[in-house]
Amino acid sequence: MDERRFRKRTIFLIAYLLFALLPIYWMVNMSFKTNEEILSSFSLWPQHFSLASYKTIFTDPSWYSGYINSLIYVAINSVISITVALPAAYAFSRYSFLGDKHVFFWLLTNRMTPPAVFLLPFFQLYTTLGLMDTHIAVALAHLLFNVPLAVWILEGFMSGIPREIDETAYIDGYSFPRFFLTVFLPLIKAGVGVAAFFCFMFSWVELLLARTLTSVDAKPIVATMTRTVSASGMDWSTLAAAGTLTIVPGAIVIWFVRHYIAKGFAMGRV
Amino acid sequence: MKPINQKAWFLVLPVFICVAFSAILPLMTVVNYSVQDIISPERRVFVGTEWFAAVMRDEELHGALLRQLGFSLAVLLVEIPLGICLALSMPAQGWKASAVLVIVALSLLIPWNVVGTIWQIYGRADIGLLGAALQALGVDYNYTGDATDAWLTVLVMDVWHWTPLVALLCFAGLRSIPDAYYQAARIDGASKFAVFRYIQLPKMRGVLMIAVLLRFMDSFMIYTEPFVLTGGGPGNATTFLSQYLTQKAVGQFDLGPAAAFSLIYFLIILLLCFILYNWMQSLGTQDKNEVAHG
Repeated sequence: MDERRFRKRTIFLIAYLLFALLPIYWMVNMSFKTNEEILSSFSLWPQHFSLASYKTIFTDPSWYSGYINSLIYVAINSVISITVALPAAYAFSRYSFLGDKHVFFWLLTNRMTPPAVFLLPFFQLYTTLGLMDTHIAVALAHLLFNVPLAVWILEGFMSGIPREIDETAYIDGYSFPRFFLTVFLPLIKAGVGVAAFFCFMFSWVELLLARTLTSVDAKPIVATMTRTVSASGMDWSTLAAAGTLTIVPGAIVIWFVRHYIAKGFAMGRV
Repeated sequence: MKPINQKAWFLVLPVFICVAFSAILPLMTVVNYSVQDIISPERRVFVGTEWFAAVMRDEELHGALLRQLGFSLAVLLVEIPLGICLALSMPAQGWKASAVLVIVALSLLIPWNVVGTIWQIYGRADIGLLGAALQALGVDYNYTGDATDAWLTVLVMDVWHWTPLVALLCFAGLRSIPDAYYQAARIDGASKFAVFRYIQLPKMRGVLMIAVLLRFMDSFMIYTEPFVLTGGGPGNATTFLSQYLTQKAVGQFDLGPAAAFSLIYFLIILLLCFILYNWMQSLGTQDKNEVAHG
């Protein structure tokens, strides 16, 4: 009985992984083809294997600096988001205070604003501040949707930790910072891992704000990519190669946070 | 109940400042636009609620709103159960767990315009794997010509793109359930379903709530992927709200009506999220009472 259930699960998992991987395989496949080959014939793997698209990206500074710019503002953004969200999430999960529920929900409403029309106000705001075309500007603008997300995710995990743990620690004479860093934080590792990954991810793929707030010095890779669409048609192959390369940093990030996500609850450390 | 402590505001203050900085000023600007007719940066006329009334009467908007509601509902109905199942069947330890975690997360990391572009090729019957496979199976599939096919393609693309978000959240939620709960269930001789219903599901409530709300609001604002994949067509089968909004705001460069539109849009999302949130909250409390009494 258990054996059969196990097998069903494995089959489901493999089926899903196939479904997840096939479009990505197709993208990688396209990145090794030439544009003519992509558009003229159907083939499961490249017939005329070509690295030309990757060569373009790695040798042209306007391409590879896009990756560096993106990484810089994404890193700044993720660090700020998690740092400010941790204490706030703790406050929301442990105490009641004036307007707590309203503020909590208000935070999330900032993710509900359709970005298209907010571009102009953002442009005006950051021009006034003299922050246009800097990494800081994009990192700050992305706080708008990442901080609420981080607070919500972390609050969800913190609420799962029984409050007795806090009380025991205080009785044992722990100060709040020491308790938070040495006792509480390890307990919500999974939450921190997931929140950090999602902050990275949402900031990494965001296009509209990042493109509006930058022009040259901080131009992100997602904006550089739109170059592949031109009057003379699409440069499918370069776009596919650039797309393949955008997965890499995120895959590395999740590789590093995987332990936090999978480790789970380590009771008995208190 | 949680203890009352007004000093907790100090912990929330940094978040409040960060978010308010980029939220309140732009929002005020949009409210300001929405009540004016902006002819040029120097010439503006106050028009009151005229734009709001015009937007509310817009027939095309009603169509787009209905399509949008249908799409978001379909997204939730497919992605939430699928994400939970996926999280339950992901291995918990060892190299397999790491590998599956990374593979599942891959689709989230592709920029949205690339997602649309890849599926544009992927779905073509002559040069794409999905299209060719369906053709070989004898399905008459053509996402550029047939409205149903186009809609389904956008839905499958969204499922492919975003189910991992639900799965990752649920997976992390599952991993934070202490072993003691499972041991207790084993001693009680609880069935697999009982373990899911009375241990795993309640413990995942927090993350599931986030997953549902996120998927709802993000699918409600979906723009880039269908825009790249189908351009809203054929006809207007896949023209969802935000695409219609962008046509107004950027295409016709009508700031006033576009601002009014986006405020109404925002209020719709807000209202629906508020309903969802409260509904799920109350489900949770019911659950707690049930467990406490039974």
